[in-house]
Amino acid sequence: MQFFLEVLIGGLLSGVMYALVALGFVLIYKASGVFNFAQGAMVYLAALSVVGCMEKGAPLWLAILLAFVIMTLFGIATEKFVLRKLVNQPPIALFMATIGLAFFIEGLAPMLFGSEPRALDLGIVDEPIPAILDAWGIVISKFDLVAAGVAALLVTTLALFFQYTRIGRALRAVADDHQAALSIGIPLQHIWAIVWGIAGFVALVAGLMWGARNGVQFALTFTALKALPVLIIGGFTSVPGAIVGGLIIGASEKLAEIYLPPVMQSLFGGNFGGIEGWFPYVLALFFLLIRPEGLFGEKHIDRV
Amino acid sequence: MSKKIGDVILDLQNISLRFGGVKALTDISFDVREHEIRAIIGPNGAGKSSMLNVINGVYHPQEGVIIFRGRERKKMEPHHAATQGIARTFQNIALFKGMSVLDNIMTGRITRMKASFVEHALWLGRARREELEHRKKVEEVIDFLEIQHIRRTPVGRLPYGLQKRVELGRALAAEPSMLLLDEPMAGMNVEEKQDMCRFILDVNDQFGTTIVLIEHDMGVVMDISDRVVVLDYGKKIGDGLPDDVKNNPDVITAYLGVSH
Amino acid sequence: MIYREAGQFKTSYAADQQLFPIRQDRIGVLIVLAVAFLAIPAVASEYWFSAILIPFLIFSLAALGLNILTGYAGQLSLGSAAFMAVGAYAAYNFQLRIEGIPILVSFACAGLTAAGVGILFGLPSLWIKGFYLAVATLAAQFFIVWCLTKFPWFSNHSSSGVISAQKIVIFGHEFASPREKYLLVLTLVAVMALAAKNMVRSSTGRAWMAVRDMDVAAEVIGIRLMPTKLLAFAVSSFYCGVAGALYAFCYLGSVEPDGFSLDMSFRILFMIIIGGAGSILGSFLGAAFILLLPIFLDIALPRMAGLLGLPFSNATVSHIQILLFGTLIMFFLIVEPHGLARLWQIGKEKLRLWPFPH
Repeated sequence: MQFFLEVLIGGLLSGVMYALVALGFVLIYKASGVFNFAQGAMVYLAALSVVGCMEKGAPLWLAILLAFVIMTLFGIATEKFVLRKLVNQPPIALFMATIGLAFFIEGLAPMLFGSEPRALDLGIVDEPIPAILDAWGIVISKFDLVAAGVAALLVTTLALFFQYTRIGRALRAVADDHQAALSIGIPLQHIWAIVWGIAGFVALVAGLMWGARNGVQFALTFTALKALPVLIIGGFTSVPGAIVGGLIIGASEKLAEIYLPPVMQSLFGGNFGGIEGWFPYVLALFFLLIRPEGLFGEKHIDRV
Repeated sequence: MSKKIGDVILDLQNISLRFGGVKALTDISFDVREHEIRAIIGPNGAGKSSMLNVINGVYHPQEGVIIFRGRERKKMEPHHAATQGIARTFQNIALFKGMSVLDNIMTGRITRMKASFVEHALWLGRARREELEHRKKVEEVIDFLEIQHIRRTPVGRLPYGLQKRVELGRALAAEPSMLLLDEPMAGMNVEEKQDMCRFILDVNDQFGTTIVLIEHDMGVVMDISDRVVVLDYGKKIGDGLPDDVKNNPDVITAYLGVSH
Repeated sequence: MIYREAGQFKTSYAADQQLFPIRQDRIGVLIVLAVAFLAIPAVASEYWFSAILIPFLIFSLAALGLNILTGYAGQLSLGSAAFMAVGAYAAYNFQLRIEGIPILVSFACAGLTAAGVGILFGLPSLWIKGFYLAVATLAAQFFIVWCLTKFPWFSNHSSSGVISAQKIVIFGHEFASPREKYLLVLTLVAVMALAAKNMVRSSTGRAWMAVRDMDVAAEVIGIRLMPTKLLAFAVSSFYCGVAGALYAFCYLGSVEPDGFSLDMSFRILFMIIIGGAGSILGSFLGAAFILLLPIFLDIALPRMAGLLGLPFSNATVSHIQILLFGTLIMFFLIVEPHGLARLWQIGKEKLRLWPFPH
């Protein structure tokens, strides 16, 4: 039971990390209807910019600030040079364009900052919290807990931003109906640039957390692939959905990884590790069967 | 008028349709007779398009009975409607943008083509023969609508009025016994409207096709239709000959509004 | 002046519905086939066969498969490589487990197996669209590769799932040299490309395109969505499956599941974006472009760097290559969404009028 709890909590906490990446997707999708496959590559670029700037001698806070500037500029450039030119294309073309964008970043980032894997030290150690270990005998990493805290903070900030600021309200108007927003004088392109800037910021936070945990390396781009099933489960348009979806994926894939292989081994023989690689997708497929719009998404009626 | 109007071929009884809590249609009954031109009119949002969508199976009403050619049906998918001879056009043109005019109209005959994909892949006898046979039929439709010169043009590049005509062509290619037209003249200039009227009357006259039509231009409706049904807020408020409907006080209120 | 159809009158619909209605096109295709079947085998070196021509043809076939699904039927797939893997492993197992089965029958069965798996993973397309479907095909990508790695039966208990393709013997003749393998691949690809062309110019293809352009309208004119979409998945996977079998048997000789990676699926997708979605010719152009670009960069970049006196590493070449792929994808989607095939067509139209401007 203790072991089960440990796996579950570990899974939930890593789910928070998935949610961090998924959040970036949701923001852009809500505001512009673009499914941004390059979000994972942006996480990679953000983390690389931080370590890159630190290697040039910048202290951590300055490196983060510089990375923020880089991500914002990059977001704005993406909007201006790619997405604006694809305005009336079908969503699938925009999606494919972001796949191109992902490759672009994956080629550019290591040319700017080097491709060898590096560690990123935020000063938080990845070790069990002694108090919890003593009291219940459960291993919970200090780092994971901090990551969860950061995610919670980020979500709250974003929620407040959307709810109470002028820009936030404009963003929600744009998300509701582009045409209507345009007709009441909301400058659509500024809004999109801001959204891409925010998505860059979210990518930076995710990049810091993931980079500190797993090292800054190419594998960071795969975080986007894990975020996709998170979105299917949570719904593409919902911030809370991204969080809940992340938790579900995180917990279920860890549990599956621990408890499924022995079962399969006894059935078929052989070694069945690596279930994590596909489990989230198959789970997402089942969700699609039951609730295609996701847990928190809106149902869509086709009109003729 | 020398044309023969036959028996009832479509009978709608007490149709109600809801989307969640929104009532689109409430307890609507009317019938359509063979070979007639039946117009559905009403202000915006009256439920006219929903009515057509019910007839050809895009929407499934929660209540009511639909009897087509003497057979009652509960739930029907759109392709069943197509195989039973119901064709339609849409309010916002629903052509296949990436295909040529010829290919678009050829799709209208798809329910009549029997060759399988294997025969197509190998271009065997039946597949080849069918393509030729149906091409001939499609060329007749193209001649009828006077669009020979744009055969090879991708429909996306055509002006609006011609696209409407191609869409009519695609529906006609199916040789339907009943044709549903959703605002066939919306957004057209006078000349284009005249052309379209002529085509509709010719179709009705030459092929005996029953036509159910939604139209906003009252002049056109009163001129060409045999009977008119009037909807307002999803309810039927009038039904009868054009002249009767024109003088129906409820209809006048719905259209002109009334001072309270 | 040379390329124009003036004076070529069609007097029957049969003449108008030919594969290539314009005489110059017919001649052009014959010349290409003659070069491919006669001239190239006579002059090309072993390197050309095994490093360029064979992979080009195999990837053209895979791109053709994806093009049927994505370009014609409008269903995006990110799992093409996984369906190739199914084909490769199925062909291996048919050869291994059924005594005396002819290799071509194995290839066909491999295609059918892939088609079956394709239908299975195509089922979600009945209620989801667009990138939702893309996620479903990602499930296929990861799940299939994992299965082939972990279930030892598929690779006959070899370590980490590596299989070595059996010999190719047809009517007692062994296809061992790269030249013979090239001719075998070329024949299969030519036949399957012709079949694909026939499908897309008949009502099968029109049904696919109708579903792609507007599914509600397609249903209203009597096209049943479910069989149409699933057929597209099946045919597409069949093509990818045969391509996978050829990849194992005629190109690499031995393959492992991880070789059929997501990256390979992306490359096949890039082939159809750059070559031209919804075009048979585009599949070939795109495959040639995506395969030749890295080879070109490998040769050209170090020389350019040498001329400019810049330091240069192999890693940089691969980064530039990835960056260029990304840039080209965005460029084509923005500037010419119909890809190289459309550029070719525009070129032909210019040629019709040449040397007159209008």
